[in-house]
Amino acid sequence: MNFWQITLDLLGGFGLTALLFVLTLLFAIPLGLLLSFCSMSKYQPVKKITRVLIWIVRGIPLMLLVCMIYYLPGLLGTGTINIFDKMDRYFTALMGSSELLYYGSFVAVLIAFVINYACYFSEIFRGGIESVPQGQYEAGQVLGLTKGQIFSKIILKQVIKRILPPMSNEIITLVKDTALANVIAIPEIIKRAKDMAATQALTWPLFYTAVFYLLFVGFVTILLGYAEKRLSYFKA
Amino acid sequence: MFLEVRKLEKSFGGTSVLKGVDFTLEKGQVLSILGSSGSGKTTLLRCINALETADGGEIYVAGNKIFDAAHKDKLKNILNFGFVFQSFNLFPQYTAFENVTLAPILHIKDECKKQKKTKAERERLIREAEEKAKILLTKVGLADKMDSYPCQLSGGQQQRVSIARALALSPDVLCFDEPTSALDPEITGEVLKIIKELAAEDMTMIIVTHEMNFARDVSDKIIFMDNGVIAAEGSPEEIFGKNDNERLHSFLSSFYTGD
Repeated sequence: MNFWQITLDLLGGFGLTALLFVLTLLFAIPLGLLLSFCSMSKYQPVKKITRVLIWIVRGIPLMLLVCMIYYLPGLLGTGTINIFDKMDRYFTALMGSSELLYYGSFVAVLIAFVINYACYFSEIFRGGIESVPQGQYEAGQVLGLTKGQIFSKIILKQVIKRILPPMSNEIITLVKDTALANVIAIPEIIKRAKDMAATQALTWPLFYTAVFYLLFVGFVTILLGYAEKRLSYFKA
Repeated sequence: MFLEVRKLEKSFGGTSVLKGVDFTLEKGQVLSILGSSGSGKTTLLRCINALETADGGEIYVAGNKIFDAAHKDKLKNILNFGFVFQSFNLFPQYTAFENVTLAPILHIKDECKKQKKTKAERERLIREAEEKAKILLTKVGLADKMDSYPCQLSGGQQQRVSIARALALSPDVLCFDEPTSALDPEITGEVLKIIKELAAEDMTMIIVTHEMNFARDVSDKIIFMDNGVIAAEGSPEEIFGKNDNERLHSFLSSFYTGD
């Protein structure tokens, strides 16, 4: 294998990494917002159950969570590989027939990542929402705005401004956590590089993978910095 | 009677803060509420504005019942009132102009949707609201600050924006909760001047304040609250003149001797 073949092979693995990254963000942000509302709910059972869930998910290693989700159907007697295999086929069809997705475990990893990150995000969102002064809600209220209007027109933007720095941290961590997908044999970039080391005694591709991560994190950092700059016109 | 408050009661976790407050106010009058911290004056104002839900009592505006503690959920026409906060509470992400137009435009959009008005009609109403906002901001002396964000304005300027914001909804009664307490003594005057101008235009107002001289000048009626009840009530002359109310006497003398 020459340099370009290896680069292309690793790039294929990094495609999976990027896909996992994008889909996790896409699902974990709304789910995290929902969880943050639940964890602030006036209804004690909802609040307590949500907080226990967050404690459990944040309390166990993500690697373990990935394995647990993957083996859960088997433990429950539905056949591990089978159900995720079906979901993966369905998912692959949904995304257009790309062979990229057909590994039987991608959906399991995605579910684990979404649950894990939704819990972390929900705590960041809660912190952001609770740090907006009560006076902002009251000002909206005396102007006759509905709760929905107060949240969408007044609170949300202030929350986004406040949570951008901690969210940036989590998002960068997510880029690197995608490597955990290789514990259930998803051929993401590090898995591919490790395979090269094992089968062809090539170790430099493993070092080379760092370049992909650095470039991607650099790109994400620039994007988040741009977002922060866009919101720097006001103080909240 | 334009505004009538009957037997208003409120307690927080077993501590009774308002113990049956009654007062009335005529249209165009200015009412000041005085009293030491913890006397219940801010709670009274917040109950009238539905920021707190009173445990007992009724509120009428122009003969219509707008609040009844017995049917808390049914009556919520808080738009009869405008409210100016001690700490301004401007929306930081909007300019002065947008702070003033935000609520009117949202209300116009809601109304137009409900009444299925045409787009042209809606645009016309929005333009009217924007014109009104410009007039109000000019009136409070901020014609040149319309596009400034709250963080670019001084405290006095922010408070004047918040007065314009409250006026934009044409409230029947404008309420002030210690409007100058968060301001430097030097810029207190610019806010008080606006309130005086509003009083001269016969705006009906309720003002919770610690500015004694201002209250004496601007008010038609003064309420002195103590320990959750109205301890004294009357014209500025009656309150600041000779009277035999011991509690009021000690409150006022603490202001004038400065301890």
